[in-house]
Amino acid sequence: MGLVIKEKEFVIPGDVIAEGIDYLPAQGVFREGDKLIAEQIGIVHVDNRLIKLIPLTGTYSPKPGDAVIGQVVNISFNGWSVDIGFSNLALLSVRDGSSDFIERKSDLSRYYDFDDFIIAKISNVGKGNLIDLTMKGHGLMKLQGGMIIDVSPSKVPRIIGKQGSMITLLKELSGCKVTVGQNGKVWISGENSENVIEAIRVIEKESHQSGLTEKIEKLLGGK
Amino acid sequence: MDNVSKDYMIKLLEKGRRIDGRKFDEIRNIEISYDVSKHAEGSARVRVGDTEVLVGVKLEVGQPFPDKPNEGTIIVGAEMLPLSSPDFESGPPSIDSIELARVVDRAIRESKAIDLKKLCITEGEKVWMVLIDIYTINNQGNLQDAAALAALAALKQAKIPEYDGKKVDYSKRNNKLPIVSLPVECSVIKIKDNLLSDPNLDEEKIMDAKLTIGVTGDGEICAMQKGGKGILTIEDISKMLDISLKNSEKLRKLLK
Amino acid sequence: MYGKRIDGRDFDEIRKIEAKIGIVKSANGSAMFKIGDTIAIAAVRGPRDLYPKFMQNPKSGILRCNYNMMSFSVDERIRPGPSRRSREISLVTENALMPAVNLEEFPNAVVDVFVEIIQADAGTRCAGICAASLALADAGIPMRDMVCAVSVGKVGGKIVADINKYEEDYEDGSTDMPVAFLPRRNEISLLQLDGGIKKEEIIKALEMARKSCEKILEVQRKALMEKYQNG
Repeated sequence: MGLVIKEKEFVIPGDVIAEGIDYLPAQGVFREGDKLIAEQIGIVHVDNRLIKLIPLTGTYSPKPGDAVIGQVVNISFNGWSVDIGFSNLALLSVRDGSSDFIERKSDLSRYYDFDDFIIAKISNVGKGNLIDLTMKGHGLMKLQGGMIIDVSPSKVPRIIGKQGSMITLLKELSGCKVTVGQNGKVWISGENSENVIEAIRVIEKESHQSGLTEKIEKLLGGK
Repeated sequence: MDNVSKDYMIKLLEKGRRIDGRKFDEIRNIEISYDVSKHAEGSARVRVGDTEVLVGVKLEVGQPFPDKPNEGTIIVGAEMLPLSSPDFESGPPSIDSIELARVVDRAIRESKAIDLKKLCITEGEKVWMVLIDIYTINNQGNLQDAAALAALAALKQAKIPEYDGKKVDYSKRNNKLPIVSLPVECSVIKIKDNLLSDPNLDEEKIMDAKLTIGVTGDGEICAMQKGGKGILTIEDISKMLDISLKNSEKLRKLLK
Repeated sequence: MYGKRIDGRDFDEIRKIEAKIGIVKSANGSAMFKIGDTIAIAAVRGPRDLYPKFMQNPKSGILRCNYNMMSFSVDERIRPGPSRRSREISLVTENALMPAVNLEEFPNAVVDVFVEIIQADAGTRCAGICAASLALADAGIPMRDMVCAVSVGKVGGKIVADINKYEEDYEDGSTDMPVAFLPRRNEISLLQLDGGIKKEEIIKALEMARKSCEKILEVQRKALMEKYQNG
């Protein structure tokens, strides 16, 4: 009974992490009978009675409140379809399209045109993965110029850092604008954005190693 | 390709830089490994940056063409596996995979890389057929040059199995396939007024035009194919030829 | 020779296995699995949009497998493109993996699994399933268990694990039985047989397959750890 696999251990799908009823399954873990079983590759994390996996891989799964970067792929009379790198397209309705009032029957492409990139917030994830977006909120906007790169969604927390420490460092040292979507898309704009891209690739690769901050500082020419 | 990145890439090019930090005429790092599949008479894997291609050569006994009764034959095929790219789909060969195979075929055939007369078994009746199959494993751009190089590497390594007049014994392979020249292919693309060697996938997606140039050992051009929807000027072509002639030497050295 | 097989293995001994994760960079997950001289690679793409739309399932994602042998993977060249054999193996591969994956999180989407055999020396469908299972785990697709597969059977009256090419073609007849296990659950998701064999022998062979799959699982675990724990 109890934990079979210890905190911080590496597990693969099918590994039994705990037995009995002392623990509850959270992210990446499922219950079957009296067993808690890993559903993915990950690192075991026990939080009181909750057992979850710190994911090491995987596609993005949308959650309400996530800020994501997406691309407009279609415009219809009632809004925009947006590709956020998930299996289903997300919908941005006219109503949620802007903090400003959008008049009925106006030309929606004036706001966001085909192929435009936007940073939006997920307002709702409905049944069958119907995803609603909103542009009402701080920092939500159309992205102009710059460059978008893809990173593994499981590395997003490392790129943002504790309380945003890493992303602040990236912005300060490079002077670039950097915006990270929870869906693993990163927008970078400004001179020398190549250096920021390189730094992000280093964070991705060495996210589990110590001394990462120092390495990034060095790379971007800080002290 | 997304527009945000396209603008950015073009701006970078104006500053004289490529998205992956290479010089305009610089090719990516290339690795060749041989003997990747033991049932093939010759096989090779070529990595050009993150682009990877596998080629296997099989030999079969078949009939010669009536107009060339004492020459072996060559057949090149290419499968752009859906395994290798989100853009490739299952099903019959796409037009792109047909082009890929045909342009590889052209350089091998036109440079007379294989001494086909040595592949005659009985004049007018039996000859060796050289079947070259290209499989893409990962597409990060410029499959063409990678495929041509892998095909040549596999041919260079290939050995002819024993044939007793009735049956081919694939367990016994003795003589090397007679390879007499080494045609490599070098592609250069044009984006606005910039000419770039060995394009990566991002560059390929926004290119205006492409020129693939097959170069034989003695600096001779044995094949060309213009690709892409845009145009090239005589001046462009002249520059592209210079670049490819230079890069072809590097590729040939890798083959030893 | 008594007590040994043509290649020197014990009756219940499988050939040497190697596995490597992440061999196709552009895929969501990928792996190579080698057993003896058989080499399979697999790549997972998705979950992604499924077309045509009528194939979509609003309650769950679907799994789609494609098994293919490269033309030069055997002595007698195979014509490129799908054959009746490769279609059937694609189907049984799909059925072998299906019980392990949970695609409820991905309604209307498809997870594509592509298996390519680079070098064939018996047991290609099983090697393909082992590679595919690794690629699915690498892609982070939710799974109830890994899937491990091996071909067992009867050669010259003996029950043996992991039949090689010579044994498969044994002149006095051999029985070939590919089996896939979800190893921790003791569930069988692939079972085929051709040959002639008695019930007791089948049970004995299945038990042998189960033990072999435990060994395969350890190699799979090691390969995954190599990628994810050591960067």
